[in-house]
Amino acid sequence: MATLHARSAARLMMAPAVVLLLGWMLVPLVMTLYFSFKRYLPLRGGDLGWTGFDNYVRFVTSSSFWPSVQATLIIVGGVLLITVVLGVLLALLLDQPMWGQGIVRILVIAPFFVMPTVSALVWKNMFMDPVNGLFAHLWKFFGLAPLEWLSQASLFSIILIVSWQWLPFATLILLTAIQSLDREQLEAGEIDGAPPLARFRHIILPHLGQAITIVILIQTIFLLSIFAEIFVTTQGSFGTRTLTYLIFQRVLESQNVGLGSAGGVYAIILANIVALFLMRIVGKNLDT
Amino acid sequence: MGHIVLENVEKSFGEVTVIPPLNLEMEDGEFVVFVGPSGCGKSTLLRLIAGLEDVTGGTIRIDGQDATAVPPAKRGLAMVFQSYALYPHMTVRKNITFPLRMAKLDQAEQKRRVEQAAAVLNLTEYLDRRPGQLSGGQRQRVAIGRAIVREPSAFLFDEPLSNLDAALRVGMRLEISELHERLKTTMIYVTHDQVEAMTMADKIVVLQAGRIEQVGSPLELYRTPRNRFVAGFIGSPKMNFLEGPEARKHDAQTIGIRPEHITPSSSEGTWKGRVGVAEHLGSDTFFHVHMEECAEPVTVRSGGEVDMHHGDTIYLTPDVEQIHRFDDQGLRIG
Repeated sequence: MATLHARSAARLMMAPAVVLLLGWMLVPLVMTLYFSFKRYLPLRGGDLGWTGFDNYVRFVTSSSFWPSVQATLIIVGGVLLITVVLGVLLALLLDQPMWGQGIVRILVIAPFFVMPTVSALVWKNMFMDPVNGLFAHLWKFFGLAPLEWLSQASLFSIILIVSWQWLPFATLILLTAIQSLDREQLEAGEIDGAPPLARFRHIILPHLGQAITIVILIQTIFLLSIFAEIFVTTQGSFGTRTLTYLIFQRVLESQNVGLGSAGGVYAIILANIVALFLMRIVGKNLDT
Repeated sequence: MGHIVLENVEKSFGEVTVIPPLNLEMEDGEFVVFVGPSGCGKSTLLRLIAGLEDVTGGTIRIDGQDATAVPPAKRGLAMVFQSYALYPHMTVRKNITFPLRMAKLDQAEQKRRVEQAAAVLNLTEYLDRRPGQLSGGQRQRVAIGRAIVREPSAFLFDEPLSNLDAALRVGMRLEISELHERLKTTMIYVTHDQVEAMTMADKIVVLQAGRIEQVGSPLELYRTPRNRFVAGFIGSPKMNFLEGPEARKHDAQTIGIRPEHITPSSSEGTWKGRVGVAEHLGSDTFFHVHMEECAEPVTVRSGGEVDMHHGDTIYLTPDVEQIHRFDDQGLRIG
């Protein structure tokens, strides 16, 4: 509808933002690609020249590569499963009229405001510590031997911590979606003889499809790169070394920037594969 | 079957009483219309019958059974909502089949009933579309189809035509009336539009503030309104009310005369006034006449070809037989 003049003006005004964003993303990407073809060891001689695809071959043939991809996918999948299922249930619960609704809703969002490092430390020391943790006390109360969460159930522990952080996000988006459901549809379902479970399955869940898709896509973007939770708890041991963490170790612990950069490129490829799969599976929910 | 009786039914939301105790009987096969201004409790009453709201007191009987505590699905009623309440992610076929699926009818029977309903409602070509791809009138028909397939003992309509444009509304009004003729099932229909009430109903229930003002056939209400409210609500354009000396001549606090019972003339008549707005509709002409005796303009209906315009002097002669008299409580005299 806009006139030609208004359109060119709009382009001009958007230009700074576009250029800034482009620079922001393009510069690191180009630098990563540049370093990935170099043998670059900052504390052991610095820039030692081009090496071709050596870094790529070394990263992929390392024994820790595939386990790290697996750990990444398990964590992302586990967190998605827990947050979506519990998110839907919590949203249903919070949608019920109840006393103190406002306060309860604020409490539910609260974990989202806690920094990942802090929440991971709180979980590690207050809940999962095998001696002083609340879980340890709970286990002892029932006469069981306390579980060493971070070593015996390391992946699950990480999933638990990250889920706790992301549950509020899922709940909030799903709650607003539930609230936008036309009440008359539920009443029609009631008159049509659908018991509560059938109403949930046939009316509420399809209505939530779009919101669930958005939750899954946004969370995946952030979950692929979780780092702090692993750094302050297991340090990548006990099978919790994700691809992100592996790259970190290559760059900072082994001081091999070239190898780490090659890993970074693999991470980009992995993210794109995951995104492609997700769009195939849930993307169709987005067009109505 | 579809004989519904309300005994002392009342409803309050917290402190606020929406419907004081009320008695009403709906015969089997009757087309009953609840009509009243918005907020008069007519929708609430319908939802009480449907079971979507719990009664605060009283008993609802459906076909002789006490249905007060029976859940909505078990009452054997079907409801058509104002927003149609179609399930947006299901096709028309699935929407109409939904109640049958929930009742676990066998596939062949489901298919038979859906095709039958679709044929009755001219929906056959749209069965595989989604509600979002249909027009308002088609959605309305899908909603009715979803109600028909259940073969309920009574249909409940909650202002089903208020989201349609005027031309479509007239068409759907006819379709619903025809449907009633064919099915002979009890229908309870809620509307704020007295034209819908007059044209469709066997029995009109006029409600105000949760109270029943009058129950009767459309012509009964038109001829002998029980009070001023009913007199003013039924009939279009509205009845004229006159107070003061004119009313005293007839031994009443207020007299009412319908626009169609006044004969206008340019030369002689009982009352003299000045034409304000003249609405020429072709078939009819409505004059809004300003008279010295009363503050409100008097509406007069006349034939299509009357040559009188704004500012002209006009003489009015009411048909004395058709004057309604009301006392100081607003109740009908005589």
